[in-house]
Amino acid sequence: MIRYIIRRLLAAVILLFVVSVVVFGIFFYVPRLAGATPDDLASRYEGKTAGAAQTHELAVKLGFTDPFYEQYGRFAKSIVAGADYSTGPTTEHCPAPCFGYSFITHNPVWPDLLDRLPVTISLAIGGALIWLLAGVGTGVLSALRKGSVFDRSAMGVALAGVSLPIFFTGLLSLSIFSYTLHWTAPGSSYTPFTENPATWAYDLILPWITLAFLYAAGYARLTRAGMLETMGEDYIRTARAKGLPERMVVAKHALRSTLTPILTIFGLDLGLLLGGAVLTESTYSLPGIGKYAVDAITNNDLPKVLGVTMVGAFFIIVANLIVDLLYAVVDPRVRLS
Amino acid sequence: MMKRTAIAVVAAGAALAMGLTACGSSKTPSSNSSGGTNATAVYNAAIGKVFAPSTKKGGTLRLANSGDFDSLDPADTYYGYSWDFIRLYGRSLVMFAPKPGGDGVNLVPDLAQSLGQASADAKTWTYKLKPGLKFEDGSPITSKDVKYGVERSLDKDTFVNGPTYFNDFLDLQGYTSPYKDSSADKLGLKAIDTPDDQTIVFHLAKPFGGFDYFAMLPATIPVPQKADTGIKYKEHVVSSGPYMFQTNNLGKDFTLVRNPNWNASTDPNRAALPDKITVQLNVNADDIDNRLLAGDLDVAIEGTGLGTAAQGKVLADQNLKAHTDLASLARTWFAVINSDVAPLDNIDCRKAIEYGVDHEGYQRAYGGAVGGDIATSLLPPQIPGYQKNDVYNFAAKPNGDVDMAKQELQKCGKPDGFSINVSYRAERPKEKATAESMQQSLARVGIKLTLNAYPQGDYAKLYAGKPDFAKANNLGIMIYGWGADWPDGFGFLQQIVDSRVIRAAGGNTNLGIRDKTVDGLVDQAMAESDTSKRNQLWGQVDKAVMDTAMALPGVWSKVLLYRPDTVNNVYVNDGLGGYYDYAWMGVKQ
Repeated sequence: MIRYIIRRLLAAVILLFVVSVVVFGIFFYVPRLAGATPDDLASRYEGKTAGAAQTHELAVKLGFTDPFYEQYGRFAKSIVAGADYSTGPTTEHCPAPCFGYSFITHNPVWPDLLDRLPVTISLAIGGALIWLLAGVGTGVLSALRKGSVFDRSAMGVALAGVSLPIFFTGLLSLSIFSYTLHWTAPGSSYTPFTENPATWAYDLILPWITLAFLYAAGYARLTRAGMLETMGEDYIRTARAKGLPERMVVAKHALRSTLTPILTIFGLDLGLLLGGAVLTESTYSLPGIGKYAVDAITNNDLPKVLGVTMVGAFFIIVANLIVDLLYAVVDPRVRLS
Repeated sequence: MMKRTAIAVVAAGAALAMGLTACGSSKTPSSNSSGGTNATAVYNAAIGKVFAPSTKKGGTLRLANSGDFDSLDPADTYYGYSWDFIRLYGRSLVMFAPKPGGDGVNLVPDLAQSLGQASADAKTWTYKLKPGLKFEDGSPITSKDVKYGVERSLDKDTFVNGPTYFNDFLDLQGYTSPYKDSSADKLGLKAIDTPDDQTIVFHLAKPFGGFDYFAMLPATIPVPQKADTGIKYKEHVVSSGPYMFQTNNLGKDFTLVRNPNWNASTDPNRAALPDKITVQLNVNADDIDNRLLAGDLDVAIEGTGLGTAAQGKVLADQNLKAHTDLASLARTWFAVINSDVAPLDNIDCRKAIEYGVDHEGYQRAYGGAVGGDIATSLLPPQIPGYQKNDVYNFAAKPNGDVDMAKQELQKCGKPDGFSINVSYRAERPKEKATAESMQQSLARVGIKLTLNAYPQGDYAKLYAGKPDFAKANNLGIMIYGWGADWPDGFGFLQQIVDSRVIRAAGGNTNLGIRDKTVDGLVDQAMAESDTSKRNQLWGQVDKAVMDTAMALPGVWSKVLLYRPDTVNNVYVNDGLGGYYDYAWMGVKQ
């Protein structure tokens, strides 16, 4: 088990390295192949009245005139050893993992990411709990009452949930619950958990539910299909024949085997969300990683984009590792080696 | 100067959501007021006059921004709304008069006792500071603090966003930055003298009669050298205005509270009514509109007006429409007719385009009357010096004059028309609609247009703004737009009509207007210290540009601002470029 984890962690480091090289290459090398000069790249980050000399100075300052491997080396070094940057009157050190500093705001990227991570984690974890409970619960009940009014209604709502994008349900829910009924917090509201847990939950309840509405729908349909298939298996009939209570049959025998594929998807979904719930954060104006990524992409702020990509890749890798480890818990047939 | 970013998919969803909730998602604003005077909401009530005048202090003014400031640092900002807002925590030497309508375009002293005293050759400008001025920590504001503020703004390695007027006009003698200044007090710039703590003297490398506009720039806001942290100064700008920073979470939000060391007796230009001002950043643009309509927000700080979804809802409801102001921006949407591209090197062929285009079509592309008025020249009417000129009869023939266009084609030897390309910015649907409208209207006279879209980020640098590229790609018409840095002929026209600012390497804001008469008039206007004569000269520049038929005016831009019931003492200041005057706005309590 330990050897398995170590092996997976080593593979994760290599994967992160590959991701960083590819992403860095896309932003800093591919444009050069397409004919862009270092000054062309720098011109995106200067004021609107800058002249050619000023643009070239900026290209030198940002390192665009250096060979690609040097630029990547500097980026990699900033992750393991930090980086120095000029504030004008002084030079300051940004400790590892610095991820460089923004071309637009001139702030180091890592502190920005750390600052925004709690928002994204709060959003993802809260939303995930709700969609997992609501989705799996609804799926199980629908399967057990196949063809009933509940089943049909639940699957109808689930279809709507899958079909309606967050920027639609999000704005609609804000209009109704925040600005008309005044039950929930308006957009842009976020209070850190450490400051006031009750306000934290109040501020996030609407984004959680909106996010959960989208995901729960898929999980409900997946769970229902899995449960229907499992409930027809021979071993379920055997369990019932042994006289086990229906609750035990469903919870211990049917649901457990249905959970394996759900766990796989849950790991991927959660990892993706931790890397930035882009639409939810944009719709509710929550200052998380996703909103940070959108703003970075809009402004062509490459160091920020790189930072977000690396954080996103990290979470997806870690979430998958945890899911693989949980397989062994959920399904006794799985052995990690 | 404006920046507005949006995610297309979010906007599309928002439009749908707003449409669905149009019947009951927000409270219909009432006309109740408390705190200030009672005032009935009326359409355009804050245009040319103050709506709900009030002197009552207190309350919190809540603003939101769909993006972020380029910087809160006075040395590093170029957004129009930022120049309006910065006056809450910074005072420059002079500022625009806090008056509605045309009076707002006049400059009045702020830190200075009077407007600048010019030397006979308009190369030396002197200002005396008022006595009793203090920073937020109670230390006195001196002329050296103003000089230091200007000095640091020269450093374009550190502060890339701000304008370069001081870099371009001061007699710098090689000076680049106080951060590279070897003198002990970091005040080594010889182009600015501070003979005493009250006096500051600017020495220019070339005459410039409108220097008071430079003295209005945020770069003249005083900065105490000991507090200067370079690019990190934006985290805590030391206040010289009525408010100071209480919190500042960069990229998220900040709060201003009263500056106890601001002396109202030195500052008749700011009402400073609210006790507190909160600003949220990077807020979903449609959410901002919803909150404005619901009264949960007081001001959309960017001043770019309601989004498409909210606009449709508001204009369809008289109660809601009564809370809007259709403000004129100092901005013109126009196109350049490129004389580098044959047969447009012939003025008569260019005139055929002027006559042939459907001007109402241009206006429709920008949303009709809500988007602005049909422009007959480049200079917007609210800018001093504007003289009505309609060389090609746009007003009388808003759909174009086909007969005159055909006559001009005869004159230029192309009676059957010709084929050229028209460029526009790919991310701007209004420019695409403009190009399509031109394509249809010019087809009536045989001029065939092919549409070429280019990314807006590189439009001026690599495509339309690069003369070789424009010529090689047969870009005969280049769709563009321009907003004034300030409402003055120089602020609006110089960068888009002076041929000497065109750089072969690209990055041009003058996309191809080249005319010696125009350049000569620009030189005369820049050297003229008499305001009235100078304004008249800029009016002549505007007319001369139209005579060249190198500019095709489209729309004098307007924007639909929403004025919730929660605010009072509201008016649109033309000097600030069509924004509400944030230094006068109060909240009802």
